[in-house]
Amino acid sequence: MKIAVCIKRVPDTETRIRIGGDGASIDEGGVKFIVNPYDEFAIEEALQRKEKAGGGDVVVIALGPDAAQETIRGALAMGADRGVLLKADRLPADALAVAKALAAELKDGAYDLVLFGKMALDDYNHGVGPMVAELLGLPCVTAISKLELDGGKGVAEREIEGGVEVVEFALPAVLTAEKGLNTPRYPALKGIMAAKKKPIETRPAALGEVRVSVTSLGLPPDRKAGRIVGEGPDAVPELVRLLRTEAKVL
Amino acid sequence: MAPRFEGVDFYDVGSLLSEEERAVQRTVRQWVDDRLMPVINQHYLEGKFPLALVPEMAELGFFGANLPEEYGCAGLTNIAYGLIMQELERGDSGVRSFASVQGALVMFPIHAFGSEEQRKHWLPKMASGEVIGCFGLTEPDYGSNPGGLITTARETKDGWVLNGAKMWITNGSTAKVAIIWAKTGALDDAASIRGFIVPTDTPGFSARDQKGKLSLRASDTSELVLQDVKVGKDALLPGSKGLKSPLSCLTQARYGIAWGAVGAAMGCYDEALQYAKQRVMFRKPIAAFQLQQQRLAEMLSEITKAQLLVLQLGRLKDQGKATPQQVSLAKRNNVNVACDIAREARRLLGANGILVEYTAMRHLANLESVYTYEGTHDMHTLILGEAITGISAFE
Repeated sequence: MKIAVCIKRVPDTETRIRIGGDGASIDEGGVKFIVNPYDEFAIEEALQRKEKAGGGDVVVIALGPDAAQETIRGALAMGADRGVLLKADRLPADALAVAKALAAELKDGAYDLVLFGKMALDDYNHGVGPMVAELLGLPCVTAISKLELDGGKGVAEREIEGGVEVVEFALPAVLTAEKGLNTPRYPALKGIMAAKKKPIETRPAALGEVRVSVTSLGLPPDRKAGRIVGEGPDAVPELVRLLRTEAKVL
Repeated sequence: MAPRFEGVDFYDVGSLLSEEERAVQRTVRQWVDDRLMPVINQHYLEGKFPLALVPEMAELGFFGANLPEEYGCAGLTNIAYGLIMQELERGDSGVRSFASVQGALVMFPIHAFGSEEQRKHWLPKMASGEVIGCFGLTEPDYGSNPGGLITTARETKDGWVLNGAKMWITNGSTAKVAIIWAKTGALDDAASIRGFIVPTDTPGFSARDQKGKLSLRASDTSELVLQDVKVGKDALLPGSKGLKSPLSCLTQARYGIAWGAVGAAMGCYDEALQYAKQRVMFRKPIAAFQLQQQRLAEMLSEITKAQLLVLQLGRLKDQGKATPQQVSLAKRNNVNVACDIAREARRLLGANGILVEYTAMRHLANLESVYTYEGTHDMHTLILGEAITGISAFE
């Protein structure tokens, strides 16, 4: 079983974001970066599949700057076998450009499965996984919460509004992971040491033309303080009036 | 769910760590948040060590992590080992103590003074948590002066017979194996002190939980009694010789404690800061008051100094250049400032600070033990005094 997991280095969800001088990117100074949390489910799933199959090869691929090597190393510490860094100093906002670069890397890899997180927490795009599937001509199932593999086919569950959808697909396939697919393991200390010796290949990302760009980035407005309009039943008419005219929720 | 602990790093000390060291810190920090924090309060209140967590700690490689991989250990740098202690003690000093004893006081002497057979037999089992160990040096009447110990080991034709009593032994009742330090010669001959690996199920060996502790409640502290305990010749740690052998173990453990105390202080500071920003009094958060700002500024200054202190100590240790006196300075300083920080954090928290749902009072109570064990604060003062002047105040 040969599995590729595509991961992304993103700012820690608990980092306080500052907007950079260009007004269109974040100021990376002092920002802690982590592996995209949805990608952790994808890594864990790949490792569990390999363990279940009693062998195989789990390759972790990241597109990003040199610093993304540390993100790859984290996945190697969890147990992945080797890494590939597709180097790009800045990640383009164009999901298709990223998908093309990844697809070029994946196409001759003879992978049985290509796994992604269902989306990256920094751009909420949900785009790259399905685009890679399209470019490779492979079936794609997104946001899976359960996976069974049997021979040349797989069955995945997707949580949809009000229910569960069960999807059957042929292998090889591209899958994107939803939270709850599994419980990602901690990188054990021995794994961290072993990861030092695992290979990471680096080559330039074949991004091609970038046709989407971020023009501006803004923080959400500060929440205004609440207002007390009065007390007791006497305040009700005024409250209703304001809910109607000002908040416009009635 | 409680928010994740984000660390305290005002001087970007993290950038002085290697990638693996940062990865180790992340694993332990996350494990403490996910697995230790949810259960520590209840264990503390009940006076129980969270034994159920030992297999996970072992699997992640927390025990003897700076010992070589060939014995089932993680083979980490001393800095990474220190970071493990720091993150564990951010959770609880008792849990850090467990790891310190297992790694620095039992696995270390077996590695340093044991035969190859002893290492191969014991170390993998201890790294995997299958065997828990304890360290028997301190006696009821010999604490700061361990050279005076009166436990004896007498050689017979097929081994040794041990007699004596040990006190304040962390993991004593839980342990499957004890490293017992005993005199093989006359009671006034500290040079005759040797170490013995004693399985705790050997007839004549008994352990009794020390009751009534108001500190390190989530830790097993026991009294050991050895009455005609017969062990084979292979129980002796062949490389151990004189008081300096157990003292060198203490240097290892104290090194970890110097790191651990920083973790407890970081936890207290972080909690105090969050609280100060949220707690409103006189229509503004108490963080807006100069008195609380001063508290926080003092805490952060001492934490930052303590972090840099242990980092350089760790670099020296990784180069094989750290002296016991340098370790004394770090243990003395860092535990002392951690005590002060825990106390100030508790005060900043007002009445809430006495509750178990906040960590400050638990850390404060724990740190009083940490201040006292592994060389009291006062003894480290005298060790430094001797290092400075060349004159010993106690011998």
